[in-house]
Amino acid sequence: MIATGTSAANAELMTNAVAVRGRSLWVDARRRLFRNKAAMVSIVVLALIALTAIFLPLVWPYAYDDIDFTLVNCAPDWWPDPDVMCHSGGWHIFGSDSVGRDLFVRVLYGARVSLAVGLVATFVSLVIGVVYGATAGFIGGAIDDVMMRVVDVLYSLPFIFFVIILMVIFNQSIWLMFIAIGAVEWLTMARIVRGQTLSIKEKEFIEAARAGGVSQRGIIGRHIVPNVVGPVIIYVTLTIPSVILSESFLSFLGLGIREPLTSWGVLISEGSNQLESAPWMLIFPALFMAVTLFCFNFIGDGLRDALDPKDR
Amino acid sequence: MLSYAVRRLLGAIPTLFVVITLTFFMMRAAPGGPFDTQRALPPEIAANINKVYNLDKPLIVQYGLYLERLAHFDLGPSFKNRDFTVTELIAQGLPVSARLGILAISFAIVFGVTLGVLAALKQNRAADFGVMTLAMIGITIPTFVTAPLLTLVFGVYGLSVFGHEIELPVAGWGGGAPINLLLPVTVLALPQIAIIARLVRGSMVEVLHSNYIRTARAKGLPNRVVVWRHALPAAILPLVSYLGPAIAGLLTGSLIVETIFSLPGIGRYFVNGALNRDYTLVMGVVIVYATLVIVMNLISDLLYAVLDPRVRLDK
Repeated sequence: MIATGTSAANAELMTNAVAVRGRSLWVDARRRLFRNKAAMVSIVVLALIALTAIFLPLVWPYAYDDIDFTLVNCAPDWWPDPDVMCHSGGWHIFGSDSVGRDLFVRVLYGARVSLAVGLVATFVSLVIGVVYGATAGFIGGAIDDVMMRVVDVLYSLPFIFFVIILMVIFNQSIWLMFIAIGAVEWLTMARIVRGQTLSIKEKEFIEAARAGGVSQRGIIGRHIVPNVVGPVIIYVTLTIPSVILSESFLSFLGLGIREPLTSWGVLISEGSNQLESAPWMLIFPALFMAVTLFCFNFIGDGLRDALDPKDR
Repeated sequence: MLSYAVRRLLGAIPTLFVVITLTFFMMRAAPGGPFDTQRALPPEIAANINKVYNLDKPLIVQYGLYLERLAHFDLGPSFKNRDFTVTELIAQGLPVSARLGILAISFAIVFGVTLGVLAALKQNRAADFGVMTLAMIGITIPTFVTAPLLTLVFGVYGLSVFGHEIELPVAGWGGGAPINLLLPVTVLALPQIAIIARLVRGSMVEVLHSNYIRTARAKGLPNRVVVWRHALPAAILPLVSYLGPAIAGLLTGSLIVETIFSLPGIGRYFVNGALNRDYTLVMGVVIVYATLVIVMNLISDLLYAVLDPRVRLDK
């Protein structure tokens, strides 16, 4: 009989279906991300920059604060313009700066500082933003109104000015800068997390899970968190470059990292003062910074496409 | 709409108040004062100066005095530039910053919209990718990198056009001469061009796929009319609401540009004022900036409501 045949086939299908493992959101996202060439190249480049910045200074023949007054503003040996004052020779592949320090190792130190600021300040903004946003979204009601009203007011403040004032006040301590920038960047994070929490909490599948007897912890862990994490990860990758920019901006104005330690902003600022005599002092740090910012932006875009495909 | 505008302006007062209070106490928390010199002043003289500027009174009293002055639209005397009031300094600097900003945003709108429309019309073709790559570069590379790089290319190496060596001035205001403005305005406009191009491309692509555009084409309207009369007005609407934040972006950008090109705008006052503990000057500039941001946001919201009949402000 046809009916039994079908049901037998169905039954077989069902048995087979059990063998097929379901693909989770994360597996899907990873596959989409791996297929995104720009993002993958960016990840590799970024990893290279980070690893070089961490390990190469350990074995490099010059330290970041080795001053050599015989090598003031010297071009690297391979510099195409023959009209430079001197060539630095040796391992100074990026030339030397206005007190004869090796520019290459200084650019790497700049990378250390810039990346560290990016990570720490973003982490600060992540913690504040997620806790604040999740609290507001989860509690809801009047408390939510008040908390978000505070965010609105803070949004309309010219924040970069407060960071500048903070840096002036607290004598440009590097840790304070991490915190100050992070404290500025948490607002958007809080809004994103709150919006997500608010909308997910009301969704039918949460209702269904609750009706099916899933525990509160299970609901938060299996259903709410994965749905909030996506946008948060995307925003984190976009926050890191904007934090690096803020730090460089401050350092450029002379309010950030202090000598002899350095960051890309400091190097770019020094380079733009030596523009005519030593353009390599501007070009290399600017190049490193631009490449890094590009990478973060491409990774951010890639992650957005991977985690939130409907937004393409 | 009028009542909405009034309500928004009233709503801005607490924001401004928070800005003023925060800035006031933050500046005062900074170690050092405006009259610190290399050698300590004799105590009598220091006491006298402090008395003249009310610095001897308790902080909260000084705060009250400042607010009272502010209520009369008086920003007080500058602590460092002794012969000037803050109002005078800002009156000198603001026209410079404003001219930079207005020129930059005008350029940005013209070029950004043109590029965005172009990219949308050639969607997923070479021109589109070209424009979007440029936009990515414009958004990623910060002002303080483009400024020195452009200076290097156009100012230092010079540019030869038709055999003429053109060297643009790399610093100074020159009484607002166009040639002095060229580099700073370009640097300020570049990131805005990039953002606007992206924005316009996105909305234009969406609009071009909508039903009424298909209707317009079905009627047999020439492409030119469809694009410029029917699609563009709808597509640049998001631009209107971007202009508020854009002004804020220009302000921070002008901090950098004014420093690099040594232009006498108010951005430079702010940085120097903060470093010199010129309390009143910093307060003055922050108040001007905050007011600008608030007013521009309001204007762009109102404009949006005027242009888009679907938006109703009065609830």
